[in-house]
Amino acid sequence: MAESNIRTDAETILDAGTPAPDFALNSTPDQKLSLKELRGKPVVLAFYPADWSPVCGDELALFNEVLPEIHKYGAELIGISVDGAWCHSAFTSTRKLHFPLLSDFEPKGAVSRLYGAYRETDGCSQRALFVIDAGGIIRWSYLSPVGVNPGADGILDALESLSATEGQDATQPAPQHVHASESAEVRS
Amino acid sequence: MTTGELHPPVGKSDHIQGSANASITLLEYGDFECSSCGVAYPIVKSIQQQLGDKLRFVFRQFPLSEAHPHAQHAAEVAEAAAAQGSFWEMHDLLYENQEQLSDRDLVRYAGETGIDTSAAEHLLEDGTYTDTVRQQFMTGVRSGVNGTPTFFLNGIRYDGEWNDETEFLRALNDAARSGG
Repeated sequence: MAESNIRTDAETILDAGTPAPDFALNSTPDQKLSLKELRGKPVVLAFYPADWSPVCGDELALFNEVLPEIHKYGAELIGISVDGAWCHSAFTSTRKLHFPLLSDFEPKGAVSRLYGAYRETDGCSQRALFVIDAGGIIRWSYLSPVGVNPGADGILDALESLSATEGQDATQPAPQHVHASESAEVRS
Repeated sequence: MTTGELHPPVGKSDHIQGSANASITLLEYGDFECSSCGVAYPIVKSIQQQLGDKLRFVFRQFPLSEAHPHAQHAAEVAEAAAAQGSFWEMHDLLYENQEQLSDRDLVRYAGETGIDTSAAEHLLEDGTYTDTVRQQFMTGVRSGVNGTPTFFLNGIRYDGEWNDETEFLRALNDAARSGG
């Protein structure tokens, strides 16, 4: 049974070409951040199982170091787990993280589920990465085994090819899976 | 580029111990303040002794400077030592004194490896080697380094056990047979 659960999880994360579901989650105990607010720039969503656990700590520590390179592409990095906003704020200040951590806390894991990145067996988010373009379309996604730090090379490769593609957008039609209304919104 | 493949390959600007003709190249991305790297340090030394001429060891900087407050400056002092031909002496000093890596300690180690201490203070203040260290760090990120230490055997990321010396040695010998 465990095996079939794992396989289901692996098959469900949203693929490239899918519009990224919008959400609004607490970034601090009294502030919310919505994905829509970030339209117009690429967004990297990093779902991870839990604050404080060793692999996640290393993963986020690495992303924290690579943040200047992510910003070079004009992109924003966001971490998401089911931990509460107070937990995130303690974790952020202890680890000196310079990007927001969102709380997928109530209803628990709702946003992680939307992205297919919820792990029912453990009640926490998967270790899943999404690179979303300026128009809100997922361009790259990656599910890492829960105990393995995925590294940042996949994110940087995806941002690099995204910026190359966007350079061509002025002369080429939008990709087919982008709805006309959405692509219009990007360019307005 | 394939994930887990070293890019760029080992070149002239790298810190290298051992012969270019060695059948095994072991490369470490390391952080001088990382305790796991501290654990790996004597293991690598022992492996170097056992494999002798068969092994070439290479070190690239991968300081997680937000997590380890002294790691960046330690890496920069090591680069300064490298400019004077004493990288490995500094590398060993830093790993053998991981608990003492304040700027004052680093300047003292600089003095011990033949660097003028006031020059050492200035190069830390001025960030003379900040970019050199960052460049090495980014080659690691793009090669799929996901923490420290990360090892590459003949240019391919090694995901097996390194803290089990027997297992590590077996992997190195296998790499020598298949690559050499």
